[in-house]
Amino acid sequence: MNYPLAILGMAAITLACRATFYLLGERIVFPPLARDALSFVPVAVLSAITVPLILFSGGDSLNLSWRSPWLVGGVAAIAIAWFGKRRLATIAGSLAVFFVWRFLVAG
Amino acid sequence: MAPMILGAAPFGFIFGALAASGPLGAWNGLLMSATVFAGASQFVALGLIAAHAGLVLLWLTTLIVNLRHGLYAANLLPHVARLPKRWRLLLAFLLVDEAFALVSEFHRREPQATLGHWYYLGAGLAMYANWLTMTVAGVLVGESFPGLATSGLDFAIVATFVSIVVPQLGERPRLAAALSSAVAAVALHDLPLRLGLLAASAVGIAAGVAALRLRRAARGAA
Repeated sequence: MNYPLAILGMAAITLACRATFYLLGERIVFPPLARDALSFVPVAVLSAITVPLILFSGGDSLNLSWRSPWLVGGVAAIAIAWFGKRRLATIAGSLAVFFVWRFLVAG
Repeated sequence: MAPMILGAAPFGFIFGALAASGPLGAWNGLLMSATVFAGASQFVALGLIAAHAGLVLLWLTTLIVNLRHGLYAANLLPHVARLPKRWRLLLAFLLVDEAFALVSEFHRREPQATLGHWYYLGAGLAMYANWLTMTVAGVLVGESFPGLATSGLDFAIVATFVSIVVPQLGERPRLAAALSSAVAAVALHDLPLRLGLLAASAVGIAAGVAALRLRRAARGAA
């Protein structure tokens, strides 16, 4: 495969995904239903990425064991974010739980 | 802003290390981070190249994985529509997941802000500089740390996304969207080409809209 060609093609496609709405913007008017739908895009997409990572340990097989650092770290992240609402505390706290759990339990 | 960048940093590093030690090579890895600038599709591309996939499949997969950026753009359009074309093109290039999360939260917090595009530019450039720097670091250091991808640093992306999503879930329609999207994503996890991600997002969006409309109807009737 011609790698530079492959990469520049990927770059063009990615930029097209990102730029189409911005450049044609004035000509696109969204009906209320589309507006409502778009407001749920971030929460839906991020949930669809995150929850499988937690339950599949970042890989291909489901792992619901209490020994899974992904599961325990993910639950810790959700708990800290729910009660604390502080972004940095959520990230630092759950990373600490993840690594401690992996070191102590999953070994 | 800083935690968001920290959350993405390991991915740039791991991508650089994997690219340098695989068939793609160091320079093509750097070229990809500099021009494509989209973490998920860059990792998928590494996998496809390792599996000897063809150009068409690689490009089609890139389109599918990055279609969500079109949804982000549609969402942020009201905030950039009045900017000159060159600004819009630059901001479009910088529209990664993290930049979108930061910018949409900024506008939710400060609906009256008029200089949001500068915040957007700063967030986007910080992410870009971070992504390039970490790719370089990964390329340079990666080969001396075998097993990097399994070291678990990629849990940082989970921590980052949870810290964005969970504080929004006090609103019932958002909770409905998040839960149904998560259930669908787990159920559809084995679909090829990450199609499950797109399908699950659609399920979550539909559930959110339905919950929002039900709530409006209930309030209208009361």
